Amino acid sequence: MNIDLADTTTRRIQDALTQARHLMGGPAVGMVLTLIIVTDESAQYDAVRAATEASREHPCRVLTVISRDARGSSSRLDAEIRMGETGPGETVLLRMYGPLAEHADSVVTPLLMPDTPVVTWWPGGRVPETPSRDPLGRLAQRRVTDSYAARDRLGTLARLAERYAPGDTDFAWTRLTSWRSLLAAALDQDHAEITAGEVAAEPDSPSAELLAAWLSVRLGVPVSRGTSDGPGITGVRLVTGRGDIEICRPDGRVATLRRPGQPDRQVALLRRPMPELLAEELRRLDPDEVYREAAMRFAKDLAAGKGRAESAPAAPGPEAT
Amino acid sequence: MTIAHNPLRDPRDKRLPRVAGPCVLVLFGVTGDLSRKKLLPAIYDLANRGLLPPGFSLVGFARRAWEHEDFRQIAYDSVKQYARTPFREDVWRHLAEGIHFVPGEFSDPGAFEALAMALKELDQTRGTGGNYAFYLSIPPKFFPQVVEQLRSAGLAERSAGSWRRVVIEKPFGHDLASAIELNDTVHRVFPEESIFRIDHYLGKETVQNILALRFANEMFEPIWNRSYVDHVQITMAEDIGIGGRAGYYDGIGAARDVIQNHLLQLLALTAMEPPTSFSAEAVRAEKAKVLSAVRIPGDLSLATARGQYAAGWQGGVKVRGYLEEEGIPADSRTETYAAVKLEIGNRRWAGVPFYLRTGKRLSRRVTEVAVLFQRAPHLPFSETDTEELGQNALVIRVQPDEGITVRFGSKVPGSSMEVRDVNMDFAYGESFTESSPEAYERLLLDVLIGDPPLFPRQEEVELSWRILDPVVEYWAGQPAIDQYKSGGYGPDSADELMARDGRAWRRL
Repeated sequence: MNIDLADTTTRRIQDALTQARHLMGGPAVGMVLTLIIVTDESAQYDAVRAATEASREHPCRVLTVISRDARGSSSRLDAEIRMGETGPGETVLLRMYGPLAEHADSVVTPLLMPDTPVVTWWPGGRVPETPSRDPLGRLAQRRVTDSYAARDRLGTLARLAERYAPGDTDFAWTRLTSWRSLLAAALDQDHAEITAGEVAAEPDSPSAELLAAWLSVRLGVPVSRGTSDGPGITGVRLVTGRGDIEICRPDGRVATLRRPGQPDRQVALLRRPMPELLAEELRRLDPDEVYREAAMRFAKDLAAGKGRAESAPAAPGPEAT
Repeated sequence: MTIAHNPLRDPRDKRLPRVAGPCVLVLFGVTGDLSRKKLLPAIYDLANRGLLPPGFSLVGFARRAWEHEDFRQIAYDSVKQYARTPFREDVWRHLAEGIHFVPGEFSDPGAFEALAMALKELDQTRGTGGNYAFYLSIPPKFFPQVVEQLRSAGLAERSAGSWRRVVIEKPFGHDLASAIELNDTVHRVFPEESIFRIDHYLGKETVQNILALRFANEMFEPIWNRSYVDHVQITMAEDIGIGGRAGYYDGIGAARDVIQNHLLQLLALTAMEPPTSFSAEAVRAEKAKVLSAVRIPGDLSLATARGQYAAGWQGGVKVRGYLEEEGIPADSRTETYAAVKLEIGNRRWAGVPFYLRTGKRLSRRVTEVAVLFQRAPHLPFSETDTEELGQNALVIRVQPDEGITVRFGSKVPGSSMEVRDVNMDFAYGESFTESSPEAYERLLLDVLIGDPPLFPRQEEVELSWRILDPVVEYWAGQPAIDQYKSGGYGPDSADELMARDGRAWRRL
């Protein structure tokens, strides 16, 4: 069922939602959360599709906030309600014109599902300055950004880390789960003490930085960043006294695990599409402290590196001499 | 095995799934329905979700003159047809590289030596580390032979730092004596902690959700006792007949096939006391406690019912009766429907009957646990206002359409006061999601990880037989067995059993 409401109000949207549900005989699925998507016209299609797929696992009400023509002088709200066609939840596209776009929270708040958690997701490059202070971020207990889509990826990740609040998370971290789980499984077996590590990936990869930071936090050893042509992360090497434990994935599809004294083993390690990333984010809604630690470490290292790089030419440190 | 502490694992890091360590799964009975429809697809689904270790290998063993390629083709076909997750070429290719086949008879020691060689080779080439799980998807009469062969081929002995596990499916015997005998057979070779008994019901999300519902919430447990509960009905109804299982089914019957394992396990989870933790030991201890408190009524003629399906129409199709099925003797007295009333002798449940029923060729397929509550002690409405009001009920639907329903009274809209039953329905997960596993996926993964809480222990098996043996013996002494209409609700005697207590079965 598709309902278009032009130049409308939240009251009318609420009524339309209730009526649509009655007409359909009440969908049998209890919705478990509200997902707010903050996007623009160009990115909304993919984002809504990902949310629809993720809602098969997490039936939810999706509120898509699309701001249009923010410089116009008159405010207007158009709504498009989609229900019962592609997934178990409800999707509302809210197009906001003029000054209203600055007050999207006033439209969204009355439409939140009662008694259930709220997640705000900024797909695409529109990463807010401080997610937890953003008017739409403040409504949510989970805020999902994607630093990879930003213009300055590493700078954005560092900023997000500095302004971290419990409930923040970033797709650059979500993309790592399969890598991290393979690495953790590799270290489930007996191995010699690890003394150093290296993460090789395409340059300018927030995921690779987070992986290196996570390894270095957890293992307590220095982990360097090598660059390769990608795609994405191409390899992780952990140096031990008895040889290297290595996982490499040159083609973005199949990983090879090498351990000293054991045959090479291969396993599929695919880059995951957006709906899967989103579904993973919706699975756990408690603060992700492990992400926080990794992001903080990265931000600290980045600041230290910058500090060194800036001060080096002017006054060479004792090591340089 | 695992080292003392893996620095990359952190209890706060809930994104990381549990992944099995390097290992080989050896599958006996690869040609059976179960392995084609459930096990092979489940293995692929696990691989697809990244839960199998790099180098994971699968070895099939059967009496076929197959090459590795033939077995891979069988596996490929069944994955294509039955897997739950989308087919991905990369995943399949790496899984298929680890799929091997060893032909042989169960009676041939040479075949088992070949198996041992093949496994040793896999340890070399794929780094499986000497960790083997043997899945016996074969009729129990072959267990002694296979287990003995595994021992003589040296496959049951593990070297330091590796493990051996054996997986067996129901039936775990056909009465107490045979269960003990079966157990002794397996125990001669494998210790209890290496034996994984699969009851696939326990791998289902909803069944695990019984524990979450009861012990993670405050609103159910206070009324989960004799003060509020009137009775409990546990049902497993099937719309199909015995199909091609005549050889297995005749002489076994519904009670041994279903009540002994699935229904009594559901009863145990529904009725047990809170475990001290969710460790395998604690949960099993509570299950064993409640099973040992189960009492069968003194007069079995009043507390049990059974029947055989007769010819008729089921769901618009004309079907044969049990006695006309191929391979069933015309004078068979095996029941295809069984109902039994049980009581639990403890403080929580004294006086609350648990009615268990199962049957084939009934009107539809449903498995559920229904907790029916007592009526409100006083109704401040006039008699006519509440004529339509039944008992409050909490129903846990196990299959199909897993979920939970709560039934309660609500006012019918209008100017008069009329209260009628309404349902509140919750269906979260399972059918929708890629991440929520099929029962066999969950159980296979638990076997490979070595995580035992969802597997019944020998003590539970023996306790269940202790409950059921007298019933089956009593039936054996009865001259005749009721017939019931295919596509209906079961024999009249089952309805009479409920009617004697002033109750009725929930409609299927």
